[in-house]
Amino acid sequence: MMSQGIGQRVLRKEDDRYLRGRGEFVADIRMAGMRDVAFVRSPVAHATILDIHVPAEHQENVYTVEHLKKSGVKPIVADTALEGFRSSAQPILAEVKVRYVGELVAMCIADTRAKAEDIAATVRLDLEELGVVYDMMQGRESDAPRLHETWPDNLFLTTDFSVNIEAAKSAPIKVTREIRLARQVMAPMEGRGVVAYWDTRLEQLVVYTSTQLPHIVRSGLAECLGLPEAQVRVVAPDVGGGFGYKGILLTEEVAVCWLAMQRGHPVRWIEDRREHLTANANCREHRYYITGYASSDGQLLGIECDATVDSGAYSAYPFSACLEAGQVGSILPGPYDFPSYQCATYSVATNKCPILPYRGVGRTGVCFALELVLDQLAYKAGIEPYELRMKTLVRPEQMPFDNITNKHFDSGDYPEALRQAVEEINISAIRERQARGEADGRLIGVGVAVYCEQAAHGTSVYAGWGIPMVPGYEQATLRITPDGGLEIRIGAHSHGQGLETTLAQVAHSKLGLDIKDIKVVHGDTEYTPYSTGTWGSRCMVMSGGAVSRACDEIARRLAQIGAYMLNTNTDEVSIVGGEVRGPKGSVPISHVAHTWYRTPQKLPPEANAGGLEVTEGYKPLRDSGTFGYGAHAALVAVDPETGSVEILDYVIVEDGGKLVNPMVVDGQVYGGTAQGIGTALYEEMAFDASGQPQASTFADYLLPGATEVPEIRLFHMETLSPYTEFGVKGIGESGAIAPPATIVNAVNDALRPLGAALYVTPVTPHRILEAIAQAEDNALNIPVPTKNLQMVMEEV
Amino acid sequence: MKPAPFAYERVVDVKSAINLTKREDIMVKVLAGSQSLGPMLNLRLVQPDLLVDITHIPELKRAEEVADGVLVGACVTHSDIEDGRVPDVTNGALPRVARGIAYRAVRNRGTVGGSLVHADPAADWVSTLAGAGAKVNIVGPSGGRTIAVEELMTSVFEVDLGPGDLLESVFIPRFSKSARWGHYKINRKTGEFAHAMAIVLQDPERDVCRLVIGATEAKPIVVANAHAYFDEQGELLVSKAAQLLTDAGLTDPLANKIHMAALKRAAQRAQL
Repeated sequence: MMSQGIGQRVLRKEDDRYLRGRGEFVADIRMAGMRDVAFVRSPVAHATILDIHVPAEHQENVYTVEHLKKSGVKPIVADTALEGFRSSAQPILAEVKVRYVGELVAMCIADTRAKAEDIAATVRLDLEELGVVYDMMQGRESDAPRLHETWPDNLFLTTDFSVNIEAAKSAPIKVTREIRLARQVMAPMEGRGVVAYWDTRLEQLVVYTSTQLPHIVRSGLAECLGLPEAQVRVVAPDVGGGFGYKGILLTEEVAVCWLAMQRGHPVRWIEDRREHLTANANCREHRYYITGYASSDGQLLGIECDATVDSGAYSAYPFSACLEAGQVGSILPGPYDFPSYQCATYSVATNKCPILPYRGVGRTGVCFALELVLDQLAYKAGIEPYELRMKTLVRPEQMPFDNITNKHFDSGDYPEALRQAVEEINISAIRERQARGEADGRLIGVGVAVYCEQAAHGTSVYAGWGIPMVPGYEQATLRITPDGGLEIRIGAHSHGQGLETTLAQVAHSKLGLDIKDIKVVHGDTEYTPYSTGTWGSRCMVMSGGAVSRACDEIARRLAQIGAYMLNTNTDEVSIVGGEVRGPKGSVPISHVAHTWYRTPQKLPPEANAGGLEVTEGYKPLRDSGTFGYGAHAALVAVDPETGSVEILDYVIVEDGGKLVNPMVVDGQVYGGTAQGIGTALYEEMAFDASGQPQASTFADYLLPGATEVPEIRLFHMETLSPYTEFGVKGIGESGAIAPPATIVNAVNDALRPLGAALYVTPVTPHRILEAIAQAEDNALNIPVPTKNLQMVMEEV
Repeated sequence: MKPAPFAYERVVDVKSAINLTKREDIMVKVLAGSQSLGPMLNLRLVQPDLLVDITHIPELKRAEEVADGVLVGACVTHSDIEDGRVPDVTNGALPRVARGIAYRAVRNRGTVGGSLVHADPAADWVSTLAGAGAKVNIVGPSGGRTIAVEELMTSVFEVDLGPGDLLESVFIPRFSKSARWGHYKINRKTGEFAHAMAIVLQDPERDVCRLVIGATEAKPIVVANAHAYFDEQGELLVSKAAQLLTDAGLTDPLANKIHMAALKRAAQRAQL
């Protein structure tokens, strides 16, 4: 048996069924008597509902908020404990008002989805349109239309954090920019979907749903439906990607579950791509007005920022409307050591669907804002952008390091990661090539960005936010089966992470059992210990840690029985290679298991009555999070005639601590980077001034495909976390954080000879040509139109 | 999304297709490869009463090579051209264009006739077949007619077809061995619809010089006799060509910049 333990590039166990089409996703589930739901959604962004007209022949199959109210169904509320937070109540079906295009208004049921849609098409909405908040900055204005009538403005939350900012203001170098990230859509291959029925034998609502957080969904459903949690079972079958979109309790889930209880037969809703794009999976939209201060030799002295997040209409459950802004304010300084900082944040309610946390969450935005400004500071100081970073990055001898917002960096050598990235992309050779010029007339540019990824952050972080879900100890239940196999039960869920393999590798390292004999059971509240689920790059740290601790306890139980079977003392045996080894012999775990289950007459008289099944909990020594990090570097070619961008080379040097399965990590990093390339160059969910989403298919919403993602050159460093089992760090989101900053820095480097630069995602051909035209106009001293504010801002 | 209810007829001869599609009391749509109509049905953007499936009419799937070109049935697919199942008379030009249309899955089902009749200005055949000097044969209740490809599309998503008119086939003229073809398409990612597309065909043996600026916000700009847009060395006269965009009422300077970049590059390719 080849080694299968921690650090091995073991093939993923789950891929056999996925590659053969034998996985089971929600839409694959068939049940006798199951009927389909289609929703009537709001066609407008903001309106008062005057009437919902349902034709007489469909009255029995159409449901509105009036039906829900009779059952006492509660809206979804995701409050925080942050001072000044304003609460929103997201109705399951719209009541009185609609606040975004796509909001649920009525639910129609039929034998098939097509027939349900036919019914939905007959429902007439009489709506009185209201003024629309279509842009977050417009929403901040005092005279903006009001989304939530009881609020004095449209702000879920404002925060302000300031340290010593006045000291920076006399800095000799100062750069101010307006920087924006477009609203995006998370695009897992599988959309959301739910099948629900009422089990009359168990008196239990059974819910199959495509989620990352089955236990959180269970709590949320129980709260909205007024059921004891024991009467709700949530099953997440195979989940085809999540990225955060499946870490949210949807109104559709509540509505369908309620309907299943009413109707007494299975009910399902399978999200289609139009619903997914226009009404549900939105994310990312930030705006920064940011100033960087530096000394004349390029030492970063301070960052001052006014950050706005377009939070959409409601606070989403469980992460709330303020996760993004909370991260922005606290993680903007990143791994840089500088003395002055100020950041105000505004979480603005707008007439758009709620913004949801997407892989990287606020980290992608702050990395973009900060790293773009750092490049401009470096250019003003007359040094290479990487040189400015080298002067200011936290040094390894400072570890562990508390940065200016008291983020606790556990370990790492950030300058070394950047040094390696610069060396691999070979900046000096690129500078020579730029001086020579390109035969095809394109302009090449190089960009770098450094990121950090706070991951697996726990109680101390989330208790401060006070959102509906605060992670505590993570648990794993382990059971040796009578034939000597191992079952691992965890409450987190895999939506592509490969936990069925990597957690088996952890157990293999501890017990030596072949991973083919180790089965990971997850995604079912009935069979697994409570968990806040899979989010925040936490599973390997938290569930992996719990599996490790549970293995230790299982090993103690096996040792006790095994030692008795070997006629020796417990303290003289160890668990190695799937057996209990003593000084004079060994006994396989399968024999120990057989003794416990099948021939208990042979057990030692003082055997642990708990047997070979244990539940152990785990938390790292510090729960403020691990900090994976890395440096990205890109070489791009920009065509100044067409505005097209080609990525010629892409280098990542990243440090995720101990890598349990480096191949799985590589896959995570590649996938995240592809998404980051989407953020940088392709993806944009625009809204017009009436709040209408402008993309409703993948013909309008562009995702990078195989031909748009270059071969990424990935290098690993391995600095252990001092706080976790094996020194692992969370890495799940890492790839999606730095690419927008890296690529746009590279594009701006390419455009420097033309005097053009961009501070927005995505960098489209049109925007590049616009920036070039703007630069040409500037050269001719033509006044800058104010609508192109992002192009040229105050420079001192 | 699922389509609204519709009736469906599969016909096996052209006459039946004409008889069904000439009805004006109901909304009738012709179904061929369904790569544009299918999504529109699913999104309920179009809700026809009747779909007439013409993909089982044998003569619409045939390709016939003759001395001066090839006659291609309306239901010939993009991949038929890409893979060489249709005789190539263009020195490889059209198979290369076909290979760049959308994705293979679309090319396997999407048809030449369907693409022309759908008349999306960003689609490939409306511009490239006009560039090749192709003609379309139309049959209908009152008989048949033949028009140039560029005369078929009257404006965005609009074509010169009356009730019961059916695009039966496309005639692609044979290029001379010395013909030079330049095609340049600009899109943001593989498979996406074009944001600019230009074609230059120089075939002096046949005294053909054609120029197309496609994928604009209107119907393609087709210059059937484009000699005047090139100097004696065959170089594109850029400012004269740019006037074509102005004359067509296209005023977005950035979009025009991209169209001109495509045209210049197509002209360069035609010189290679």
